[in-house]
Amino acid sequence: MKQSLTLNKVTRFMGFGTLKPFTALFTGKVQKEDILTILKKFIVPIASILLFIGLWHAGSRALFNMEADYKIEKALTDQGQKAANEMKACIASGDISCQPNTLPSPTQVWASFQTLLKDHKVISADKLAFKEKTAAMNEKRVAAGQDPITYTGRPSFVDQIFTSLKTVFAGFLLALLIAVPIGIVIGLSETLRSSFNWLIQIFKPVSPVVWLLLVFMIVKTMTKDSNQDSAFIISFISVGLCSMWATLVNTAMGVSSVDKDYINVAKVLKLGAFQKVFKVILPSSLPLIFTGLRITLSVAWMVLIAIELLAQSPGLGSFVWEEFQNGANDSNSKIIVAMFVIGLIGFLLDRIMLTIQKMVSFNKNEGL
Amino acid sequence: MSYLELRNICKTYGQGAGSTKVLSNINLKIEEGEFVAIVGFTGSGKTTLVNLINGLLQPTSGEVLFKGNPVVGTSHERGVIFQNYSLLPWLTVGQNVQMAVKEAFPKEKKGEISKRVNNYVEMVGLTPAINKRPKELSGGMRQRVAVARALAMKPEMIIMDEPLGALDALTRGNLQDEILNIWSVDKRTALLITNDVDEGIYMADRIIPLRPGPNATLGPEFKIDIDRPRDKTALNDNPNYKKTRNAIIEYLMDIGNERKSEAKTEYVLPDLSPKSFVA
Repeated sequence: MKQSLTLNKVTRFMGFGTLKPFTALFTGKVQKEDILTILKKFIVPIASILLFIGLWHAGSRALFNMEADYKIEKALTDQGQKAANEMKACIASGDISCQPNTLPSPTQVWASFQTLLKDHKVISADKLAFKEKTAAMNEKRVAAGQDPITYTGRPSFVDQIFTSLKTVFAGFLLALLIAVPIGIVIGLSETLRSSFNWLIQIFKPVSPVVWLLLVFMIVKTMTKDSNQDSAFIISFISVGLCSMWATLVNTAMGVSSVDKDYINVAKVLKLGAFQKVFKVILPSSLPLIFTGLRITLSVAWMVLIAIELLAQSPGLGSFVWEEFQNGANDSNSKIIVAMFVIGLIGFLLDRIMLTIQKMVSFNKNEGL
Repeated sequence: MSYLELRNICKTYGQGAGSTKVLSNINLKIEEGEFVAIVGFTGSGKTTLVNLINGLLQPTSGEVLFKGNPVVGTSHERGVIFQNYSLLPWLTVGQNVQMAVKEAFPKEKKGEISKRVNNYVEMVGLTPAINKRPKELSGGMRQRVAVARALAMKPEMIIMDEPLGALDALTRGNLQDEILNIWSVDKRTALLITNDVDEGIYMADRIIPLRPGPNATLGPEFKIDIDRPRDKTALNDNPNYKKTRNAIIEYLMDIGNERKSEAKTEYVLPDLSPKSFVA
């Protein structure tokens, strides 16, 4: 009983309250309402997912046929009846060389997902082998004061995911370090708020692409004579600058709108300025600050893909772009795989932030 | 020289044409060790008066003297119990009290501070709830925490702004007794702001009605000559109590009627009669 209670608590705390009947199923205490909720909360969504896949399949089928017809038509007008017949036979045979290039079907995407995983295994094995092979030599090089030899092969899809996560966290951290302190200072002083307001209002809606170019102009000059990975620096700074505005605005709002009663308490207790900020104002604006941070993280993840795509910095964004440029017959389905992975990771990041927000916030019931 | 003195206090909010004069010509003297109650209608400027005395607000004209010195800001000498508890929701009961103790006794060591905190939490009977947050407490318990927080700073004077206003009648009665018990231990000067005449008579030495604002002023004072400790049930048969109570209520009713006759807007009601569906 106690076990099921804690299980329920944990799932609810994580914002997965809908899993409650499922945990009931798990702990062996099933009630009639639970079955009804399972029906409502699980069967219906699963049915809708199946419907989605079905529509997707039908849609891609239709697009495939359109593209095929167009190809045959083209062969007919350009090269005559014989070429058209050959094209028709070629498409029907499933030969890779002449497949119509269009929206991939769910089965193709699933297959690409498997391919990417297999590819990851191959590359990791290769990496491991490389490490073993160069271990002795690297030791010598390090001892001699030289840089060790690193693996320069192609990164796998999973490696790209981790690179992207690294970039997004670096950018998020940068946004946090810039936006929270500035937000607090701006929130405390009405004068500063009105003097910074134009800046915030003008820069908030600027597109990630422009930020990237601006950061590129500055970082390019500053890292001219170092051999650092400037692509990573450029992309994480751009991500930070794009995404910090939500936190900045929320923090300033939270700090400036602290309940007057709490301020009165601080005055009656005669708290010093420092104490007032850290013991009264900050704790009471924490829920709003975290709402801002949550928005920041999801914005950071969203713009990251676009920025990686443009900055040629490794990660999911450049994976998508390279696959698009690549034009292999399974490129399109790999792009769709990346799309799902991006969405799923974005969702998980949001859940993690929600959990942290609930942990630090005094108002446990708040949370969206 | 009085312990606390208000001299010709006026308080105006806003400026120019949009300004409202909330208090005017307030004169009040409170002696050391006295328990004074100010009774008034809601919206008559009671909270403004309290904030002037505890130093959160400054009067537009006139001055507030505490032990002969003008009040310019808040001070640990005057403890305040707010109308809406004003506990910090992210701190536990103990931490809320501790915050006040730490500020009032900055030189004390950790052990001494926590001892003080425990003492005051125990005094209001909340030791079992010391690690709970205000949200988990009932209204009465929250108000007790606020009492403990105000007293833990060892103020020389306690200012209570409708401390029991939001509580139900039974809890209210209990807390009145508790506050009186705590007060009777070292008889610190106390100022109670309330809208309940019975509460004022039961607790205070003197009752002063506040004529409702705008331009609120203090009315004539009523002395309460009933021996302490007072017994709530016996009080009902006390002729002295009845007399004072009737006098105060009559006074307040008169003010209320005066206000009504001053109101000039007359609402003309439409002449309506129910329609008969039977015929």
